[in-house]
Amino acid sequence: MKTNGGAALIKALEMEGVETVFGLPGGAILPVYDPIIESPIRHILVRHEQGAGHMAQGYAQSTGRPGVAIVTSGPAATNIVTPLCDAYMDSIPMVVITGQVAYSAIGTDAFQEADTVGITRGVTKHNELIARAEDIPLLVRQAFHIATTGRPGPVLLDVPKNIVDPNNPDSALDWYWPTDEEVAASLPGYKPTIKGHPRKIKQAAQMIMEAERPVIYAGGGILKARAAEELRELAEMTNTPVVTTLMARGAFPDDHPLCLGMPGMHGNYTAVTSMQQCDLLIALGSRFDDRITGRLDGFAPDAKVIHADIDPAELGKVRVPEVPIVGDARLIIVGIIKELRKLQDRGTELPDITDWRSTVSGWQERYPLTYEQSEPGGLLKPQYVLEQLRERAPEDCIVASGVGQHQMWTSQYWKFRHPYTWINSGGLGTMGFAVPAAIGAKVGRPDRMVWAVDGDGCFQMTAQELVTATTERIPVKVAILNNAYLGMVRQWQEMFYEERYSEVYLSPDLPDYVKWAEAMGCLALRVESPEEVGPAIDKANAVNDRPVVLEFRTDSSEKVFPMVPSGLSNDHVMVDPSQEDPK
Amino acid sequence: MTKPTHPRHHVLSVLVQNRSGVLARVASLFARRGYNIYSLAVAPTDDESLSRITIVVDVETAPLEQVVKQLHKLINVIKISELDPLDSVERELMLLTVKAAAGKRSEILELLGLFEGNVLDVGHDEITVSMDDEPERLDDLENLLMPYGIIDVQRTGRVALPRLEHTRP
Repeated sequence: MKTNGGAALIKALEMEGVETVFGLPGGAILPVYDPIIESPIRHILVRHEQGAGHMAQGYAQSTGRPGVAIVTSGPAATNIVTPLCDAYMDSIPMVVITGQVAYSAIGTDAFQEADTVGITRGVTKHNELIARAEDIPLLVRQAFHIATTGRPGPVLLDVPKNIVDPNNPDSALDWYWPTDEEVAASLPGYKPTIKGHPRKIKQAAQMIMEAERPVIYAGGGILKARAAEELRELAEMTNTPVVTTLMARGAFPDDHPLCLGMPGMHGNYTAVTSMQQCDLLIALGSRFDDRITGRLDGFAPDAKVIHADIDPAELGKVRVPEVPIVGDARLIIVGIIKELRKLQDRGTELPDITDWRSTVSGWQERYPLTYEQSEPGGLLKPQYVLEQLRERAPEDCIVASGVGQHQMWTSQYWKFRHPYTWINSGGLGTMGFAVPAAIGAKVGRPDRMVWAVDGDGCFQMTAQELVTATTERIPVKVAILNNAYLGMVRQWQEMFYEERYSEVYLSPDLPDYVKWAEAMGCLALRVESPEEVGPAIDKANAVNDRPVVLEFRTDSSEKVFPMVPSGLSNDHVMVDPSQEDPK
Repeated sequence: MTKPTHPRHHVLSVLVQNRSGVLARVASLFARRGYNIYSLAVAPTDDESLSRITIVVDVETAPLEQVVKQLHKLINVIKISELDPLDSVERELMLLTVKAAAGKRSEILELLGLFEGNVLDVGHDEITVSMDDEPERLDDLENLLMPYGIIDVQRTGRVALPRLEHTRP
C-alpha cells in the first residue's frame, strides 16, 4: 500500500495500540497533525509542551502503558526536555515524537531548528533522527519496544518535515509492519536480561534463611514489574518487614502489619532505622539513591545485601551487593519463593525473627508520624489537610504531587493501599509535575478519582494545564497547600542557613488562586480554618464535570519531619521536636 | 612485548551498529563524567552494518567498570571488551613531517630505515614519513626525530585485537 510518512506515523501509533496522545502542533510537525483528524486516537491539546510530557508520564504511571507526546521542533522540543529527563530518572515508558526541519535544512540554523537528538541524548533511553520515510514503521516499533521492555524509559523520535509532508516526494513509502522477529533482529545490541540467574536466586534464598534481622527494600521496579502481589507473598511467607521507597509507595499496602512505610531523608523513623540495623537488606527494584542511603559510608553497616534489578548497571553502582541478581523483579521474587519452599521441604526452617519484629514495633510505637494541630485561629496544618483528603477520598483514589514539602507530606500521610495510586517526580524532583501528571493519570484511568496535591510554588509553574483539563473535560482535583513560600527551601534555610531566608517568599495572596482557577474554568474554593477542610473536600469530591481547585492556607513554619540532614548518616534521624528525648 | 603506555590507560574495543550518532553516544558517556579519551579509532568491520571503536581512555579501573556498564546500555552497542595490552596485538599509523635540510636528510632516512618506516613525500627542506607499528615504537621514532624539528604529526590512535592462542588446546 502506497502511503506517506505522516499517515504512516499515525498509523504506526494506532498499530502500537495508542489510544491517547498529548501534544501541541507547530510548523515542522503540521503534516503529522493532519491525519490525526481521521484517526481514532484521542489527541489532548496542551497549553505548554512540558505539560504534554508530564501528562504522558502520569498516563504511563497510572496505566502501565507507554505515554505518548507529539510536539513540534525547536522550542517545543526543548520544552519537553524536562519531562524526558524526569521519565528517564524514574524509568517511565514514554515515546515522544518531535518535528524537525526538513532533512536538507538540518544544521543551517533554520527557523525553529534545534539539535533535538543531541540535546536529548543524555535524557532518553534511546533517540533517533528518522532519515527516510520508509524507516518510520520500523523505528516506531523499535521505540515502543525499547521504551517498554527491560528498564523502561523515554524514547524520542525526531521527524524531519520532508519525510512526513505528502506534498514532498521524500515522504512516499510502501506501508509495512515489521514482525517482532524483525524488530529484534534490527536491535542486535538490545537484549535485556529478564530471568534472574538460578544460582544467584538460590544464594538469595539461602541468605534469607539465615537472616535474623531482614528488611525488604522495595523500589519503583516492583511497580514496573507488576510484582506487588509477589512482593506481598514473599514478605508474608518470611515475615519480613517491608519499606517502600518514594517511587514504590503503594507497592505494599501501608496498613499491612509488615509495612514500615517510606525510608530515606524524610522517611519515618522505623523505616530508616530498621534499614540501618538490619543484617540482610533485600533490595528489589531499588537503586540506593542518595536520598535513601544518606551518608554512604554509614549506611546499613551490618547488612549483607541482595540486590535484584533489571538494569545491570545498578548492581554495585552505589553499594556492592553480596548477591547481585539481574532480571525482572517479579520473576526473581517468584524464583526466590520457589527456592525457599524447596529449602522448607528439605526441613530447613525459617529463622525465628520475633525479637527483630518486636524491636521494630517498639520503634513504631515510640516514633509514629506526628504533628501538632493548629491553635484556634491559626493557619492550617498541611498534615491535617492531607489526613482529611485521604479519609474523604475513595480507597483507590490516585494522588499526584509536585516536589517539595507537600510531596513528602503526601507520601507520609496518604495511606496507600493499592499499587499505581501514587504519581510523583522522584529522581529529578521536577516542580510543577503534579497538575499535568494528574491530568494524564485521569485520562488513563477515567474511572478513578484523581487528586493533585501541589505547593503554591509548584502550582505556578504548570497551572495553565488546568485550561487543558477544563477544555478536554478531564475532571481532576487540585489541593494547593499554600504556605506562601518555597517551603522545602525555606526549611533548609531555617535549619541549616541560620534562618537567613534568601528569595523564598512567594506571598499567600498573589496570585489570587481562586480567581485564577475560576478563570481557567475550575470550581475553586479557599479554605482557611480546620472546620472548613472536611466540607470543602466533600464538595470537591462531589464535582465530576470540571476540575476543582482547593486552596488551603497552611502554616509556613511547619517543617517536614523526620529528617536526616544532608551529609549525615541515617543514624542521625531528627524526629519531630515533640518526640525528642528529654535532655 | 608491548609495555602499557600509562598505568591508568585502558583500551576498550567496542563493537557497535554502524549508524549515525553512535560515536557521539559513546563519547558523551565519557565526557559526562569528565574522563578524557586519549585516543579513538573507528572503522567498519568485515560486516558493513557494524563498526569497531577502539578507545584508549585515561581513568581508574573502578569508575571504568561503571562506564562500561553504561556503554552496554546504549541500544546500538553490541559488544565491549577491554583489551589488556599484554594480551592483545596493537597497531597505530603515524604520518610525520620533519625539517630535513640537505645535510640532515640521510641521517633521518637512516633512522627511518631502522624503524622500517616509509618516505611519503619529499620537499626542499622537509620530508614526510610514515610508520605503522606498536604505539610505543611510534613514540620512539617521534622522540628521535624531535631534535631535527618536527613540523606536523598526525597519528590515527591505536587499533587492537585480542592475541590468539598459540598452542592447541
